[in-house]
Amino acid sequence: MDNQDIGGPAQPLLSARQLVKHFPVKGALGKRDVVRAVDGVDFDVLKGETLGVVGESGCGKSTTARLLMQLIHHDRGELVFDARTVGGHDLPLRAYRRQVQMVFQDSYSSLNPRLTMEQSVGFGPSVHGVGKRESLERARDLLARVGLEPSRFAGRYAHELSGGQRQRVNIARALAVNPRLVILDEAVSALDKSVEAQVLNLLQDLKDSLDLTYVFISHDLHVVRYVSDRILVMYLGEVVEVGPAEALFESAGHPYTQALLTSMPSMDPANRTLVSPLSGDPPSPIAPPSGCRFHTRCPHAEPVCGQRAPRLTPVAAGHLAACLMVEAGAGHSRSPAVALRLQEV
Amino acid sequence: MNLAFIRSAPPSATPIESSPGYWQSVFSRLRRDPVAWLVGTVILALVLMAILGPHILPGDPFTTSMFKRLKPVGTAGFPLGTDELGRDLLSRLMLGARLSLFMGITPVILAFFIGGSIGIVAGYAGGWVNSLIMRTIDVFYAFPSVLLAVAFSGALGAGVDNALISLTLVFVPQVARIAESVTTQVRNRDYIEAARASGASAFTIIRTQVLGNVLGPIFVFTTGLISVSMILASGLSFLGLGVSPPEPEWGLMLNTLRTAIYTQPLVSALPGAMIFITSISFNILADRMRVAMATRS
Amino acid sequence: MSEQPMVRVEDLKVRFSRGRQTLSAVNGVNLQVARGEVLTLIGESGSGKSVTLRALMRLHNERSTRIEGRIEIAGQDVMALKGKQLQALRGPVAAMIFQEPLLALDPVYTIGQQIIEGLRRHRPLSHKQARALALEALKQVRIPSPEQRLDAYPHEMSGGMRQRAMIALALSCQPQLLLADEPTTALDATVQIQILILLRELQQALGLSIIFVTHDIGAAVEVADRVAVMYGGRIVEQASLADLLDHPHHPYTQVLLGTRPKDGLRKGERMISIPGAPPDLANLPSGCTFAPRCPRASELCSREVPPTEVVNVGGRHLVSCHHHQAAAREPLRSVGV
Repeated sequence: MDNQDIGGPAQPLLSARQLVKHFPVKGALGKRDVVRAVDGVDFDVLKGETLGVVGESGCGKSTTARLLMQLIHHDRGELVFDARTVGGHDLPLRAYRRQVQMVFQDSYSSLNPRLTMEQSVGFGPSVHGVGKRESLERARDLLARVGLEPSRFAGRYAHELSGGQRQRVNIARALAVNPRLVILDEAVSALDKSVEAQVLNLLQDLKDSLDLTYVFISHDLHVVRYVSDRILVMYLGEVVEVGPAEALFESAGHPYTQALLTSMPSMDPANRTLVSPLSGDPPSPIAPPSGCRFHTRCPHAEPVCGQRAPRLTPVAAGHLAACLMVEAGAGHSRSPAVALRLQEV
Repeated sequence: MNLAFIRSAPPSATPIESSPGYWQSVFSRLRRDPVAWLVGTVILALVLMAILGPHILPGDPFTTSMFKRLKPVGTAGFPLGTDELGRDLLSRLMLGARLSLFMGITPVILAFFIGGSIGIVAGYAGGWVNSLIMRTIDVFYAFPSVLLAVAFSGALGAGVDNALISLTLVFVPQVARIAESVTTQVRNRDYIEAARASGASAFTIIRTQVLGNVLGPIFVFTTGLISVSMILASGLSFLGLGVSPPEPEWGLMLNTLRTAIYTQPLVSALPGAMIFITSISFNILADRMRVAMATRS
Repeated sequence: MSEQPMVRVEDLKVRFSRGRQTLSAVNGVNLQVARGEVLTLIGESGSGKSVTLRALMRLHNERSTRIEGRIEIAGQDVMALKGKQLQALRGPVAAMIFQEPLLALDPVYTIGQQIIEGLRRHRPLSHKQARALALEALKQVRIPSPEQRLDAYPHEMSGGMRQRAMIALALSCQPQLLLADEPTTALDATVQIQILILLRELQQALGLSIIFVTHDIGAAVEVADRVAVMYGGRIVEQASLADLLDHPHHPYTQVLLGTRPKDGLRKGERMISIPGAPPDLANLPSGCTFAPRCPRASELCSREVPPTEVVNVGGRHLVSCHHHQAAAREPLRSVGV
């Protein structure tokens, strides 16, 4: 059962439909709080693209990544991979795991300290039936592919490698089972800038030569802009905006996205940031605000924002934002009277 | 599995440079540790004494003589004196190593396998399985070891075999606890998540990824239990629940020589000294192993 | 009339002994910070920036650290201070804020208690007076509901508030010099900008000298007057902020700036990168520490440590590179790896 394209180019590679994941938290005596980490998240990952996911602490992007990998199971909702339901009859979990892989942020704790690099990389294939010798050979080939000479690195242990080298090993490990989708969860965030560039270039080369699709999660907007075709913005467990990278950066539809972009430090000493767009810290996902979750910090908030939850609405072709100010007839003073008519692309 | 794409790079002809594995590093560190050598030699001597046992005894551990009771150290023919029944103490001590070491090591080995398995399973499974197992373990853990050992022995009856079973049962909860604790820590590491993400079964992950990381600390802990086991075994014999006379066993000897403490204090302290030397050697060895494992190269 | 600089460091060397190895973390650093000036130390892991900062307040373990060179703060020779004199320096003269407030603040005392303790250690104050001053300190950093925060524990506050509390603690004794060790690195973007603006405004209001350590150029642009780029325990380039951004002379500076260009990274362009990783401090290469990775390196570079030279008139732009003229003429563009 090879990794073949089933649905064709128009079919999204991965569709997350109304995913919900709550975590119980032991509150004070008797009170059972719930962390609403992911609360109804809906998006597609298109074949061959890099989808950037941004958001701050508590937005749920890491939980979403783990849901996509099925490392944790969603409470409600559905995950569809190339037109087949994940975990269903046509795509059992074990088969799904060969199609999607993940690279984690902490390059050191992602590697078993007791295994050599070739053993770590060869583990995946060996689980799926590839013989031991062949797994190790494959591991060595992949190490070479990610720029680590096998004769020097295959027999080494994690603590002997630098951060950048370890992350390359993690990438090799993710590719060892020949996946179609790779989720990169803050994969370059812990690396030095001069090393980050190497790894980003490597990721781009691999994507082109191996026909991969990426979900790239990061808090660093510069990097996300550089690598992504489309970007997803999350806030308190919900998707607030999604659209093409350049369009998002140039004309963001959601006030939170605008605030995030304004918060990026200025690169021009003559034009320093004088006023912070938001005050306070991102709220906790335990008791999110009613209605639009951003309304407590939004400069354009009106009473209706606390009562009515916005839905993702098109603001341009392929560009959606969840804000009452762009939703027709929503009751906000800036809501348009008529919905935007977009041509079917 | 489509392997075509990986043939882009030629298979490496040059030999792989490999680093010493974890256990190799640990052993090489231990080899360079003078304290480890010292206690290792002591333990080796004791083990040899236990194995060679009857064949190297200088005297007769069983012949009694009321005339020769409680002779002091240095008596002709009896280098370490005689016990309360006139038997050669040196020979009894040497032969006693057999039973004492056996009673010390066997329950610990059994507990290592049984308790280790229980703990690793509980640690990896998490959730209600973990709670069920660990809370049951906690019930036993709540009792002091001595009390538990006596209770089990009392229920099973006297004798070496029953004492072994009872000691094993005392140690299983302790080993299980440490195994669960270490496994839980490892379980939450990213590399285990990555292993789960490759679709491996729980058993495979435990075998290939978890064991290598948890066996070390569990092993060190259990080595430290050997001294406890010896002392508990001695205690059981002391109370008449373990070894019965005339078999030489250090704890039993300590009991029977108790009354001689006023007349021949040195002689009556000797079995205790043997217990002490053996216990402390195992403890120090366990500690050196722990240090060797904790050091990052 | 030249005013005495707030901080003067001459040929600072810091070496740690770890077992049988010696780590050369700082290898000859010279810098000066004027009163009311903000100097940013930029570098990656192993560059020695945090070690330099901690050496200024002598925070390193005295037994396993060897420090050579001269450190002067407000005219005092820091290395010669003992006991009570060192205490008098830490707090009223120089104070430090750290990257992770949860680790730097004591978890079992409230914020108020920690600030009060610091105040009363340095000045004869009653508890009531100290508490009033602590409240002022919290108001100064614009913490919401400062009266309640006085009695809050660190873990009860959010990340941004904790960082503000730590700044309040540092500034409570009214120091002249603030040492900041990556204070915004662990914060979310929207919180980071608030803290950077706060620091800038406090600096202007109080006339503080600040040495700000970071790996993020953006943070440097928001707060710095001058920037010193560090690599392998040395300062490779030092200049005013504008000068460094517009005319970087050192290849490493160019690489760093290349990872975050002014107009942002463009999708499709190859990102500028160099091979290798920051050097091993236990085995520093001879000569220039950047030579093994430098696209311009020549045989001279691996032999001799480059001297520090001035490259512009009066602007105090210093570079330590054998080939800085060539580097300035043709800055590194896409050196793809």
